Parts: sequence; structure tokens; C-alpha cells
Amino acid sequence: MNAILALEDGTWYRGVAAGAQGERSGEVVFNTSMTGYQEVLTDPSYAGQIVTMTAPLIGNYGVAAGDAESQAPQVAGFVMREESPLSSNWRADGTLRDYLVRHHVVAIADIDTRALTRVLRSAGVMRGVMATGQVDPDELVAKARAVPKMEGSDLVRGVTCARAYRWRERASAEGDAAHAEFGMPPCRRASRRLRVAAYDFGVKWNILRRLDAYGCDVQVFPAATPARELLAIEPDGIFLSNGPGDPAALHYAIDNVRQLVAAGRPLFGICLGHQILGLAVGGETFKLKFGHRGANHPVKDLDSGKVEITSQNHGFAVNPDSLPADVRVTHLNLYDGTVEGFRHTTRPVFSVQYHPEASPGPHDADYLFQQFLESMEER
Amino acid sequence: MPKRTDLKRVLVIGSGPIVIGQACEFDYSGTQACKALRAEGLEVVLVNSNPATIMTDPEMADRTYVEPLTPDLVEAVIAKERPDCLLPTVGGQTALNLSVALAERGVLARHGVRLIGASIDAIKVAEDRLLFRNAMRDIGIEVPRSGLARSLDEALALAEDVGFPAIVRPSFTLGGVGGGIAYNVEEFREAAGRGLDLSPVHEILVEESVIGWKEFELEVMRDAADNFVVICSIENVDPMGVHTGDSITVAPALTLTDKEYQRMRDMARRIIRRVGVETGGSNIQFAVDPGNGRVVAIEMNPRVSRSSALASKATGFPIAKIAAKLALGYHLDEIPNDITRLTPASFEPTIDYIVVKFPRWNFEKFPQADRTLTTQMKSVGEAMAIGRTFKEAFLKAVRSLELGKFGSLFPAGPEDTADEAEDESALRRRLVVPNDRRMWALFRALRRGWSVEALHELTRIDPWFLRQFADIEALRKVAALGEFRDMSPELLRTLKRTGFSDGDIAAVHGVGEELVRQRRLEQGLVPAYKRIDTCAAEFESFTPYLYGTYEQACEADPTAKRKVVILGSGPNRIGQGIEFDYCCCHAVFGFREEGFETVMVNCNPETVSTDYDTSDRLYFEPLTFEDVMAIIERERQGVGGAGADVACVVQFGGQTPLKLALALQEAGVEILGTSPDSIDLAEDRQRFSQLLWDLGVPQPASGTAISRGEARQAAERIGYPVVVRPSYVLGGRGMAIVFDAGALDRYMTGAVDVSHDRPVLIDRFLEDAFEFDVDAVADLTGAVVIAGVMEHIEQAGIHSGDSSCVVPPFMVAERHLATIRDYTRRIARALKVVGLMNVQYALKDEVVYVLEVNPRSSRTVPYIAKATGVPLAKVAARISSGRTLAELGLVEDLEVHGVFVKSPVFPFVRFPGVDTILGPEMKSTGEVMGGAENFGAAFGKAMMGAGQRLPVEGRVFISVNNSDKQTVLPVARDLAQLGFTLTATRGTAAFLRAHGIDVEVVYKVNEGRPNVADHLVNRTIALVINTPLGRDSFFDDRAVRRAATMAQVPCITTLTGASAAVAAIKALRAETLTVRSLQDYYAGVETGA
Repeated sequence: MNAILALEDGTWYRGVAAGAQGERSGEVVFNTSMTGYQEVLTDPSYAGQIVTMTAPLIGNYGVAAGDAESQAPQVAGFVMREESPLSSNWRADGTLRDYLVRHHVVAIADIDTRALTRVLRSAGVMRGVMATGQVDPDELVAKARAVPKMEGSDLVRGVTCARAYRWRERASAEGDAAHAEFGMPPCRRASRRLRVAAYDFGVKWNILRRLDAYGCDVQVFPAATPARELLAIEPDGIFLSNGPGDPAALHYAIDNVRQLVAAGRPLFGICLGHQILGLAVGGETFKLKFGHRGANHPVKDLDSGKVEITSQNHGFAVNPDSLPADVRVTHLNLYDGTVEGFRHTTRPVFSVQYHPEASPGPHDADYLFQQFLESMEER
Repeated sequence: MPKRTDLKRVLVIGSGPIVIGQACEFDYSGTQACKALRAEGLEVVLVNSNPATIMTDPEMADRTYVEPLTPDLVEAVIAKERPDCLLPTVGGQTALNLSVALAERGVLARHGVRLIGASIDAIKVAEDRLLFRNAMRDIGIEVPRSGLARSLDEALALAEDVGFPAIVRPSFTLGGVGGGIAYNVEEFREAAGRGLDLSPVHEILVEESVIGWKEFELEVMRDAADNFVVICSIENVDPMGVHTGDSITVAPALTLTDKEYQRMRDMARRIIRRVGVETGGSNIQFAVDPGNGRVVAIEMNPRVSRSSALASKATGFPIAKIAAKLALGYHLDEIPNDITRLTPASFEPTIDYIVVKFPRWNFEKFPQADRTLTTQMKSVGEAMAIGRTFKEAFLKAVRSLELGKFGSLFPAGPEDTADEAEDESALRRRLVVPNDRRMWALFRALRRGWSVEALHELTRIDPWFLRQFADIEALRKVAALGEFRDMSPELLRTLKRTGFSDGDIAAVHGVGEELVRQRRLEQGLVPAYKRIDTCAAEFESFTPYLYGTYEQACEADPTAKRKVVILGSGPNRIGQGIEFDYCCCHAVFGFREEGFETVMVNCNPETVSTDYDTSDRLYFEPLTFEDVMAIIERERQGVGGAGADVACVVQFGGQTPLKLALALQEAGVEILGTSPDSIDLAEDRQRFSQLLWDLGVPQPASGTAISRGEARQAAERIGYPVVVRPSYVLGGRGMAIVFDAGALDRYMTGAVDVSHDRPVLIDRFLEDAFEFDVDAVADLTGAVVIAGVMEHIEQAGIHSGDSSCVVPPFMVAERHLATIRDYTRRIARALKVVGLMNVQYALKDEVVYVLEVNPRSSRTVPYIAKATGVPLAKVAARISSGRTLAELGLVEDLEVHGVFVKSPVFPFVRFPGVDTILGPEMKSTGEVMGGAENFGAAFGKAMMGAGQRLPVEGRVFISVNNSDKQTVLPVARDLAQLGFTLTATRGTAAFLRAHGIDVEVVYKVNEGRPNVADHLVNRTIALVINTPLGRDSFFDDRAVRRAATMAQVPCITTLTGASAAVAAIKALRAETLTVRSLQDYYAGVETGA
């Protein structure tokens, strides 16, 4: 079946429908990871976004329960060069096509994804609309121009959990525990029982799996939970998760995090959590032209001088010049010099822009979980 | 950390001659390393015995030694040049083994040379299978169950433990030489025995079979700060059991989930750390059980490799160049990515296309060889293709192979019924047992409707790939419905997007390719060109490294400059190898100097020509008319369609571009240099004979034939023996010497492809003639400079590519040389040659005959360029662009200072059962050069470089045919005088004794034991002289030659070769071989000065 993706700049691409039927809108972005399309689909940080995979063949190994990063796909739409008709992997429990249809994800294939990527790289990410069936491209372009902008919108409310839960209970209820360790070598366990209170701004399950693997008992809280409720469980550490959208729109979260920093407990943030922390300590965030989405971004640890290959997914970044004197930038992106991590100089508080939990992507930055563990153990 | 400051002078060791498993990829990596090291201000001392390399060009290093890669001679280089460090990792297994030998002999310590890039310990852990296995255990990584054996008994005990099938892997051999799979005890005894023999340390690994598992490779790099990146993942379409060099491979890996891939990446990081490769690149191979994902590490190469060359071309990340910089102490994040300029090399390339590599075999050259593919590599080259989908890349790879009528995966036309003749069990066998034609069998099975499941059962190829092949076949079926003229534009577009060539589509309907091309152009269906940019378009690319695909947006961005398209030489084959890539690179250098923008088209990932650094623009595309024409048309558009001048040059890439010359010219493409018509004239027997007749230049009586009757007539007129061959071939493909009518009939009815356009050529065979090769350059004004007259050391009847030769000629009268020079000039002028020309001559009974003229670059061009110091191919390129020889300062014929011998290298050790006898069909894969002050020393060095250890004492076995007995006498006498013990079979012994030469008698193979083969196996014979030439060879001779090859005892099969060997042995006994750099030869500096 025919399908069209139209952008706000008036360009459009004709392809074939490769998932559910219908019309979806969102911010069109690209991801350069060569593996892990299922992790991308289910990453809540992609809420509100139509994701283009630059890797040309998608769906080869099907989908597997253990590879999901949340309960269901989160993307607004999905764009591929070629969709695999067959899934070939011993872990697979179905084809990508069936998965997309079952979860009502509108997808398009057979378009020049490289041409699209080049457009997004040069012009920056754009709003777009994709639709299946006989549709008028010009109409879609007009609709694309009417899509609300990402800046200033709170997308977290749409992806955070409805009520607090303990990850261990949920993981075993979902049968996730059985798959959780696949691919990640076992790591050191905490020397004592550590309780972590985590804000769910759209958390990827692999973060929770990693914390669990390090021996943390993670209690997950909805994004708008007041800080005192987190402190009420007497956590050894606070965790701020990844998530979608513009961090500056999340005033409630920024306020809560400010209180938690003041509480002096060890605190670790990832991605949106890192941006919220940056705002909470008085910094500013800004929107990148086309963001960082992929699994090959080099990040330099300024303390060790070592380079990590990292998994990334973000459209906003923390402005280093806006950070207060008691915050030190610890990690830089070697592609464009943007801030990838910082640390409070007097409190056990640190965060990174990228994804140490990987999934998809390399495990180079897994040591950060251990650092979090150590800061909790020291306390 | 910045660059180390303690390193000033570095020794780089190349990989020596091209052999199976070690081809021009090491010229590519070595050249990159030399360039990178010099750019960092180091002085580079280079040793490589292979003259046909860009790396041995005198401009590539400060001091260039074309010397045998033996510990003694490399030590001599070290003693003379005093390098402070040695980079052992860019010259393949040869350089690695040699570096270990130098370290173990204390040479490195003695001269204060440090290894950079890899330590001896790391090399040993990676190369020694037991150490590797133990190291993997230390870090908790599984390897197949295995054990090491140093004797057959130990091996048999291990086989019991690991079970059958069992894998035999000899330690320290290249490309799996001597390895194999044994399905039963008998096969195991044979494989283990051979492996023990061939391993330089007489050790084999006996290993659990993981045949049928999925096979992956990771190309990884590490720097001194322990930063680690994966440059490329490669998946083998052929599962475990087929050597990766013989497997169809694809990049990136396509059937691994992120979890599986990252797990493998973690293992690779642990492996490179544990093995201890501190800086540089490594290749790590893994096998994955498709049923449960169990991963085992198979092996690791602590150096750049064939796979790293492929990975570099596949991603645009120059592994060898970066490895060289890392060896100097740089960290990855301190080195910029050339392609994006703004980002560092400390990242992992991500690609938005699919790369398929398809091996190229040459079994047709070795009819008796077993075509089964095993753990020992048998292919001689490879083609790589790039597309946006697997299907597109795969179909492009298949057409890049240039297999002619055997190449298409599809039926030859709607009427093709050849499939039906094949019975089902035969087809099944061709799928079960891996062989070079398996992919074609697979498509025949798909045409019969065999299911993906059934094919998976038979081949163990992953169902994902099988489904892709099935989709291709299904689309072909759809395309075959109805008439071509009714084909819908959508279907044509789908076919092109899937990767079908115009020719494939034409064949479906039995119409002409031109018709499809027309339709396609009417429809505006032309390829777009996309850039290989390491980053999937995330950043701008500054390097026009392009591939074609049927997509929307084109990124070629042609310039308005005047440009020349240089057509490369395609996949390596015997007869069409690195020499032509060398010439293509020089064409780039020459045209660039003349102000052209250079555009390279080639599909061989091993080469220097496909380095994005070599030409101004690189198109990695198949060398077919369709693909080349599309590039020319795109380049002609210039900036925004304003137009640009595009010319094409075809004389540098061997036969591959020549096949396209006429078609390109007819399509209106300007061909620089010698006109296609002249090229055709030289190939066309009748026109060419007429030309020679007019010039008064003799040639052997000849004729052509398209039938048995015609052939017999012609042969009777000419007189037996005759040389027969098909027209338009390179490397003597299908060429034979025929002594009687019966053999001629057999030849004409045999495998040769004959047609009216392509008759069989029949020439008188000049028995016992001397042969010469001449390379010359001619310009527009008719000026001709002869670069060299090379005298063959073997007599006529042996293909020039398989014959050792020498400059200056050493056994020929000056008047004949004058005749040769005169004929060469006359022919060049008559053919209006502009550029290179190669002529082959024979001298018999005081008459000089012309055997063959090729108005193009030849296999000997790089050798003669190295000997003379004049970059001949580059000169020819400048001449083709309109320069005159006088303008370039070339007025006299070239001379050499010293004596230079070129010797061929053969792949026989890989093909058990194949006769090692030489003939008119070329069989060598590569060559070496030996240089010295006298012929004996030069020939001795060449033999040494080719791996033939001429003995200075011991026992020589002589067995010659009757006609050679008289001539062998002086050779035998010389050897006896030198103190050798002579041994011979009864006939030869009686003859020698009758002439007063003392000789032992030894049994022939079928006479009793111990026979000559036993002596060879026991290594009590050090040299074999055996001449069967002239008549059908006996089984006994074959057995002797075979035994000699396997025991690595030099086996000389011609008498001129024998006298040359005697001269060399005399030199080896009389003097210590010295080394001399090319720079010194050219400057005339005395040896040892």
C-alpha cells in the first residue's frame, strides 16, 4: 500500500506502508544505529517523534520480548529503506511488521532515507506527517506545518508511569527478568541492600535492569511525584531517568530535583534527567539542530582522558556556560563539543547526557552505574 | 598523548609476492602505512620482494629494498639502515612471521630495533593456538574444544576427544594452508599428516567442528590509552566450514540483534586486551550457534588483514593508516577522520548501505583441483559491491566478478532449458558440499521451487539470506511474464532498484541489452550516486567516494574540470592481478600531473586504486558497460548540468577495460591514448598477420579455426607441434601445446568456447626457442622508447607470466637485440601506439619472431619500472594526454644498473593433486624481483624471494626426457663439481655414467621402495631437475613434482632454468648476498658503500 511522509519544508517522500494504517504526525528525526531497532521503537524518549533509521535493512532479526525498553512502541512513526519480510533469529518471537501492526505504529518503507537524513542534517529536524493509502501530499505538508513544536511541550506526562512501583516486582510480573541479563556480563553487586528512588520521565527498562543487576532495589515514581515522597522511602540514592521532549517545560520536575539536590543524597541522571538536573542547578538548555541519535558517538571522559563510544538519543543539550561554579563538566562530545556529563563539586550528584545503559549501543559507559553504586555505598 | 618523539627511522616489511591468501590488500595497507609514517616525519625503510607494488615505488619510502623476505637479508637491511623501530603489522602473515624470526634470532635486540604496533608476546598469543585458547579461557570466552598435536599419534588421540567432523589447523601458516576438515579417521590421518608437514613448527590444532554455525568477524582498533572501537562487523553468508576468504561476506552483520552484537563487541574488547595488542587493528572471528546463540571465538589476527582492507573500503575508515599513527603513540581522538574532517577517528563507523564481497576463484586453471571449499582458502581474488539493499549489492557483486557466460545467476534467455538436465541428487550435492559454483546451484534450486527451509537444511545458510535470494528469483519470474515491450515502468524501476543489470533484464526476455538500456533512459531511470562517509550522512563528507544505486537523491556533485575516467582491473585473477592495479594508480598520478581530474572506477577492495586517497574521485562500481557509461554520463553533467569534458583511458587495467573499449567508443566516449581500433587490430589475428607481413616482421606460421576440420587443416599446413588458444584472453587461459591431430581434436571439442567472432588461434610452436618480453612507450609523434628487453629464463612454451626473466638480457647476441628493438619501433608506429606496448618475441635458429603484441600495459611494466627507475605507466599516462616523450626527457632507450630477475610464485601447495608442470596457460599468482651485480646472485635472490631455497650442498635428483639428455650434461657436470651428490632414475643415470659423471640410481615411484618420492618426503633430496616438456607427462613425473612441492624442495622443470639455478648456486656459494636499495641502484652507488 502507498504511503507518504511530508515535511514542513514542503518536501515529501512516497514509499510503501510497512506497519499499521493511518496518519501520524511528529518531529522527524534520524537514528544512525545499525542494530537495535526494537529498542529504538520502544524507547519512551522517542515519544512525539517520527524516527528514520539510516541503516537500510530493518526487521532482519524480528522482535523479541527481551529487547523491549518499555511496554510497547513509543515512536510517533517509523521510516525505513527496506523492511525485512522474514525474521531470522533464535530469540525472535515475531516479525517486525506484525509487531508494528499490533501496536498501531504507522511505518513507511522504500524511501530514500539517506536523502531524508541529509535534509534533516542540513535544515535541522522538522515537523512531519505520514499517512498511508491514497493521500494528497500537499495536504500532508499543510498538516505538518500545523504540528505543535517540540520546544516548550511537556511530553513526559504521556509516558511516565501512572503509579509508583518496585522494578523487581514488575520485572518478574512481566517476565522481563528472564531476558534481562542477555548480552550484559554480570557485574559487581552492591555490598549492602541499596534502595534507589527513580523518577520515571519515560525510563528505559534497561536502566532499571542495570541498577537491579548492580544490586539496587529500585522504586519507580511518576514524574510529578513531590520530592518529599521520594525522600520518604529513605533512599540511598536518587535516579533521574531519560525521557522525551523539552526539559525546560518541566517546571515541576526541575523544582523537585532542586529539592533533592539540596537533600544531599547521591543523585544520578541520564539524558532528560541530566538536562533537568542542569536546569535545577541553575543552568540552561537549548535545542540542537538535528540532535544526537545513534550508537557511535565518541564521548571523552575529561578525568581519565579516555574515549567511550556511546548510545545517544537527545534533541536538547545543557549549555556549559550557563552552569554555576560548583558544577564541573566531566564529559564532552567529540563530534560537536557539547556537554555530555557534569558533576557537582561538593555534592554526590552527577549526570550524563548519553545512555550508559546502552540498549541499543555499546556498553563502554556501564562504569557509571558502578560510580553511582560507590557514591551510595560511601554514604 | 601526542606522538612519541623517540622514533625517527622505521622499518616496514611488506608481504612479498601475491599468493592465495595474501594479495594486494597488503600493498594497500603497506602503502597507507608508509604514507602516514612519512607524513609524521619519520624516515621509512621498506623491504618487500614484490616489485608490482605501489609501496615499492621509490617515492613511497626513503629507502626501498626489493629483496627476499628472509631473516638473513632483512638483517642485512637492518645492519645497513639502522632503523630504530619495526612495524610488523602491515605486511600480512609474512611480515609478522619474519618479525618473530628476527626477534627470536636476537637481530632486533642486537641492532636496537623496537617493535611498534604489536609485541612479540601479543603476536604469539594470537598466533599460537594453544596460547590463544588458554588466553580465552582466562577471560571466560569460549573456544571450540581443541588440542595441539606435534605427531600423528597425538593428533589421533585428540580426534577421538573432539569427534568427527574434526578441523585440522596447522600453526603459523597463511590463509589456512594445510588445514582441512576430516569426516573420518582416514581423512583425518591425511589432513593431520599434511598439516604437520606444512606447519613451520610442525604443530597442528585439532578442533571441534562448528561447521554450519553462523560466522562473524569484527575489525577492531585499540590505542595506547586503551580506547577501543569496532570499525566494521562482517557476516559470512557461507556458514562456518568455508574459509572466510572463500566465503561470500556482507557488511555490516545483518542477522544479529543489538544484544548479541554488543555481547560480541564486549568479547572483542576483552580479547584484544588479553592478547595484548596495544595499538593498531585486529581481526577477530566468531562463530555463533544459530540454535541458541552460543558464541565461540575462532581466531584473532593482530595485524591488518584482507578483512581489514575490506572493512576500510566498506566503511571509508582507513584502518592501516590509522594503525600506523597509533603505533607512533597517537590516540584515536587525536587523529581526524579524513572524510568528515571535523570529527575524530575515535568513533565507530555507521553505514547506510550494504556491502557484499564475492570471492573469485580460478579453478578453470587447475582442472584437477578439488573445487570443494574448506578451511583452506582457494580463491585468488574478490569483488566487492555496494548497494542500498542486500539484493542490490549482491547482484552488483555477481556481475563484478566478470565470469562471462558463466556469471549470470539466471537462465540465458526464455528458451534456456539447461536446468532441466540436472538431476535432483546432483543438485542437492552441489548445495550440501560448498564449492565455487554453489550460489549458481542455489538459484537453479530456487527456480525449481525449492523452499527456503529445504535450502537451509542443505546449505546451513541463514534463512534471512536465502529469503533474499528467493525474492530475487521471484522478481525475475514476474519480470519474465509477458513481452519486454509491455513491461510496466514500475516493474522496470523495481528491477533496477533490486540490482538487476540491463543485461539480466534483457536475458529474461531474450532481447538485446541495448533495448533495455534505451527503455530505461527513456524512463529517466539512471543511478544516483551516494557517498561513503563513515557516518550515514550525519556529517558532511569531503571525499567523493561513491557508489551507484537507484535512489532519488544523487550526491556525485561532479565538477566542471576536465576529467579522465580510469578503468581499473577488477577482481584479481591469475593473469590479471596487482600489476594492472599498479598501472592504474600510476595512470592517476600521470593524469593528475597533466591537470586532469582523475576518476577511478574499480570493484576490487584489495587494491591501492580503490583507496579514496588515490584518485580525485572514486566510484566503487562493477566494470561493465552499463555501470561505466552511467558514471561517464553523470560526470559529463558537470556543475548543475553545465557540462564537463570526460575522456576515458582503458590501457592500464589489463583485459577488463579493454573488453569495454570498443563499446565505449561507439557510445561516443573519447578514449585517450592508443585507439581501440589499434588494440583490436593487435588482437585480430588476420588483420595483425597482414600488418606484420607488410612490415616484413616474421611471425610463426599461424591460422584460425572454428571447427575441428578447419583446425586439422591449419595445423597440417603449419606443422606440429602447434600452440592453440581462444581469442581475447589474458593469462593464456585455455592455451595448450598440441603435438598431434588426436590431441587437437580433443582440444577443439573440449571446454573451449568457440564462435565465428572468437575463433581458436593456431600457431606453430617454436620448440626450444628463447623468448623475450619487450615493454615500450610510444607517443603521438611516433617516437618510441624501449623500456627493457627481458629475456625469459625458461624456453618457449611456458607462459610469459610463469617464466622467470631477466634484464638486461644475458644470453643473446647484440644483433638479435638490435632486431628486436627495430621490430618494436616499427610495430609501435604501425599500430599508432600512444602509450604502452608489450611485445613478445621468440628467437629460434637465428630468426626473431613476433609472438604477440599488446598495445597496452603489461604484467612486466611494474618490474621494468623498478629495474630502470622510470615510472613507465605514469609516463604512458602523460603521453596519452598528449605529451611527447621528448618533453618528458625520454629520448634514449632505458638502461638498468645491475641485473634484475623476476620470478613467479605458484599456488600448487593449495591444490593437492594438481600437476605442477608449467605450460602455456599461466598458473602463477604473483612474482618477486631479485637484484644484484651478476646474474647468478640476482637469480638466487629471486628464487629465494619466491620461496625456493636453492641448496648449496646435498643431493640433486635428475630426471630428463630423452631429447634433453644431451643438454643436461653440462648442468650435471657443474653440480658434481660443486660437490653435489647426483641421483637419477635408471635411464638418466646410465646416460650420465656413460658420459663419465658419477651418479646414484634411485627407484622411480612405481619401481619399488624407497623411491624418489620417499627421499623427497624424508628431505634427503635438496633439488629436483625434471623435464617432462615436449610429450605427455608420465604419472611418475607428476608424483615426483608433487612430492617436491609438498616437501618444499625446489623443482626445476626446464633445462635453461637448471643452468640458471647452477649459476645461482655458484653465486650463493661464492659470496654473501648483499642488499641494495632502489635509490642506490638508480644513483649508481656501489654495494656496501
